[in-house]
Amino acid sequence: MSEVNFAEYKNIWVFAEQRDGKIMNVALELIGEGKRLAAELGDDAKVVALLVGSEEQVKDLPKECFTYGADMVYTVTDPLLEKYTTDAYCSVITQAIQKFKPEIILYGATHIGRDLAPRVAGRANVGLTADCTHLDISLAKYIDFAEANTTLNTAGLDRNDPDKKLKMTRPAFGGNLMATIVSPTSRPQMATVRPGVMQKLEPNPNATGEVVEFKPVLTEADLRVKVLEIVKSAKELVSLTEADIICSGGRGLGGPEGFELIQKFADKVGGVVGSSRACVDAGWIGHDHQVGQTGTTVKPKIYFACGISGAIQHLAGMQNSECIVAINKDPDAPIFEVADYGIVGDLYKVIPEIMDAWDNAEALADALK
Amino acid sequence: MNFQLTKEQEFVRKMVREFAETEVEPLAADIDKEHRFPVETVEKMAKYGLMGIPFPTEYGGAGGDNISYAITVEELARVCASTAVIVSAHTSLCCWPIYKYGTEEQKRKYLPDLLSGKKLGAFGLTEPNAGTDASGQQTRAELDGDEWVINGAKCFITNGGFADVFIVMAMTDKSQGNHGISAFIVEKTDPGFSVGKTEDKMGICASSTTELIFQNMRIPKDRLIGGLGKGFKVAMSTLDGGRIGIASQALGIAQGALDVTIEYMKQRKQFGKKLSQFQALTFVVADLATKIEAARLLVYKAAYNETAGLPYGVNAAMAKLFAAETAMEVTTKCVQLHGGYGYTKDYPVERMMRDAKITEIYEGTSEVQRMVIASNVIGK
Amino acid sequence: MFNIIVCAKQVPDTNEIKINPETGSLIRDGVPSILNPDDANALEEALKVKDTDPDNIHVTVVSMGPPQAQDMLFECIAMGADEAVLLSDRAVGGSDTWATSNAITAVIKKLPFDMIFSGRQAIDGDTAQVGPQIAEKLDLPLVTYVQKFEIASDKKSVKVERQLEDGYEVIEAPIPCMLTCTKELNTPRYMNMAGIFNPDKKITVWSAKDVEVDLTTVGLKASPTNVFRSFTPKPKGKGTMLSGDTEKDVAQKLVGSLKKKHVI
Repeated sequence: MSEVNFAEYKNIWVFAEQRDGKIMNVALELIGEGKRLAAELGDDAKVVALLVGSEEQVKDLPKECFTYGADMVYTVTDPLLEKYTTDAYCSVITQAIQKFKPEIILYGATHIGRDLAPRVAGRANVGLTADCTHLDISLAKYIDFAEANTTLNTAGLDRNDPDKKLKMTRPAFGGNLMATIVSPTSRPQMATVRPGVMQKLEPNPNATGEVVEFKPVLTEADLRVKVLEIVKSAKELVSLTEADIICSGGRGLGGPEGFELIQKFADKVGGVVGSSRACVDAGWIGHDHQVGQTGTTVKPKIYFACGISGAIQHLAGMQNSECIVAINKDPDAPIFEVADYGIVGDLYKVIPEIMDAWDNAEALADALK
Repeated sequence: MNFQLTKEQEFVRKMVREFAETEVEPLAADIDKEHRFPVETVEKMAKYGLMGIPFPTEYGGAGGDNISYAITVEELARVCASTAVIVSAHTSLCCWPIYKYGTEEQKRKYLPDLLSGKKLGAFGLTEPNAGTDASGQQTRAELDGDEWVINGAKCFITNGGFADVFIVMAMTDKSQGNHGISAFIVEKTDPGFSVGKTEDKMGICASSTTELIFQNMRIPKDRLIGGLGKGFKVAMSTLDGGRIGIASQALGIAQGALDVTIEYMKQRKQFGKKLSQFQALTFVVADLATKIEAARLLVYKAAYNETAGLPYGVNAAMAKLFAAETAMEVTTKCVQLHGGYGYTKDYPVERMMRDAKITEIYEGTSEVQRMVIASNVIGK
Repeated sequence: MFNIIVCAKQVPDTNEIKINPETGSLIRDGVPSILNPDDANALEEALKVKDTDPDNIHVTVVSMGPPQAQDMLFECIAMGADEAVLLSDRAVGGSDTWATSNAITAVIKKLPFDMIFSGRQAIDGDTAQVGPQIAEKLDLPLVTYVQKFEIASDKKSVKVERQLEDGYEVIEAPIPCMLTCTKELNTPRYMNMAGIFNPDKKITVWSAKDVEVDLTTVGLKASPTNVFRSFTPKPKGKGTMLSGDTEKDVAQKLVGSLKKKHVI
């Protein structure tokens, strides 16, 4: 790689991924994060939203970018950009990088972002960090983050170190290890960022800013791959073993009608219905839903154990779930020993409240800070 | 002396364990309950080459060694003793005698289909009046022109209801005693052959154990295998190898039982502690683990000797004797360690205990094994 | 001969990794090394193509790693691959994804190929970057997240389904091309016994010199990304009993906590 003159590289770009004329939520989150980082970077660094697509798709989007905090918007439009293809998008973004020399580029780690960013990194010969869950520029802020959330020994780090490299923290080894990555020698520094982690700014509908049009060089021959069809699928029936979220009911439901509530709960949170053996034996629900020693063994992100006491045959089937939430009237129920969050209460009252609160998760998380 | 498994043997264990856990274990409880022979599993095992491991590729085998075969049966038995014995009976009791004693024509005719698993094999020696005393064969074979005519019945035949090819022992000359017994290759399509009743057993319930009935069964002359009057020798030497298979099955049952029991002990709490934290119980586990390891070494040594062309009859007898008794002890104690839950069908250990018992009986009872060992060790 | 290359990596089975609660470090002892799951899907798809015409389709597995990665290649051949090549050299050690893609590209350039399959991502790095970067270095059309695959009968193009978050795209790509595969694509076969005992397994180990890779583009020093620090997340600890004045209160605390901890 040739010597890079860092002074030439300015500003923080956010790939404002749009599909069918709609900006992905993660892009707005990244604009918010970009503003925070720009403040740490100083030097009058601006947050630039990069909109790529057909003219029709992109024309109304700059406003939304400004509303959520972008200082500038670059639009890159061409009819050949209407459907995402690696070849076309990689080409135009690389051209834009060569022209404008951004210091940092952030992409959402969507199926498109994770396809596009490495291709750009390969073409531009720069470092790329994937699936970041935390970003810092200021070393002092990084130390704060590390001390609050990790087992990292920060003794060797100096709060006053003026180093302004982007510190990109991300999970590896299936989430068992966290690594903070830096790109010391290549520019721009690039990262894909996990959706749903960064904070959008409070929308300001009156905000406005400069829109710069970039006309890329692109011909039909550049696109080697043809997108024939885009199919939106209805949510397929997910099995217990594949489910990210399981809402499971036990004897505490009191009767088969209880599973109506559990099904509503599952529908609300995008989960699958599970059951303890007691309910299956009682004929309240089919054996397919049974979790436990003689049923299915599951490992979802969240396991809601509703009215389940936590007998050993049941635990055998779900105790390796990443997060166990237990709701039970009996404070001595053994399930509470394995639960990450325990609620002693009437599930018929608690579950509807959880469903109500579900869409406000972000605000509620803020309230706890 | 090298106690390390070869690369191939390690990969055999890896492959069969993955296969067993994904394809065999999920069915184990159901096929036991329903007494259902798992045809679909046999097809899968055939596809992956598990039905002819210790035979050369020249005849369609996998070109493997006997330790790999022992490991295969062990890993299958770890999750399902019934599935394991299907492979063991087929490989050791039918494929092996054809390979060892067959003429080139017989080998070329039968081995490719058997070793590829396209056809399933079985072995017919035992009769209602000839169990441990195998020499009391009442099934008779008479030469009539170009055909042997066979009359009689066999019982307790593993794979009986589903096998295509059978090695059957019959009396050809009563005046010669043991030297009057001959071995024959019988096909289920032979006229006069039929499968009789299916036994309703205590354990290995998914294994098909049946009577074979020969009513003026006519088979071509060239079905004689091993030579006239050599049937007893064919049978006894076949059983030597078969013992290694059964010892592997017993070993697998014991290991499987101990594995699930340790899991259980780490979860189950009483008196505020996990069972795995009670020293008295951990000592039981230690003893069982040691016996299993000892059984393993006996099994592998016997298998090693067989592949190396060294005498292995006594080793096989010791392995089978010890592994079978270990399996019975381990599974009984594992039910005990599970407490009341171990006695229910919710947990697999009660099935494993029922499965273990037969390993002390078939392919030579523990008493027979002791006879073989004593005779060898004491001599005349 | 139609040549398919499969890029595969030997990885620790991160599903079995535990964290030492006292030191906060990973317990790697006793963690088995396995063929990366997405790469097993890639190999399976290549083998399915080979099944249609075994004598005229050649599958080569390519990998980069320490000498013990040969075990993983043994497994690939036992599954049915025709041969395997391992680039093993200290000079490429410590490579980040960019440097790795340069190294593997150098290996691939030494081999005939019509198509390349790789897994979507490895379960240790979890980046999904090497596949696309190799495609870039080889200047090949690329489709990622392949969940369904069909090859045209004239073997000049492929038709695939590319997974999106909420559906999929149907895409046609010319051959030669590169595809990265997801677990939904197929169910990988097991090793077979004849494959395990085959005495003629062709596994070749190459050094950096053998593949003539530019040494300034591989290895730790050449990597544009470095690990600044690594650490384990705070251990889970005992669970929390949530309480509140009303069910609404408690429910809100729960949802807030789940969001705060990025569980949802």
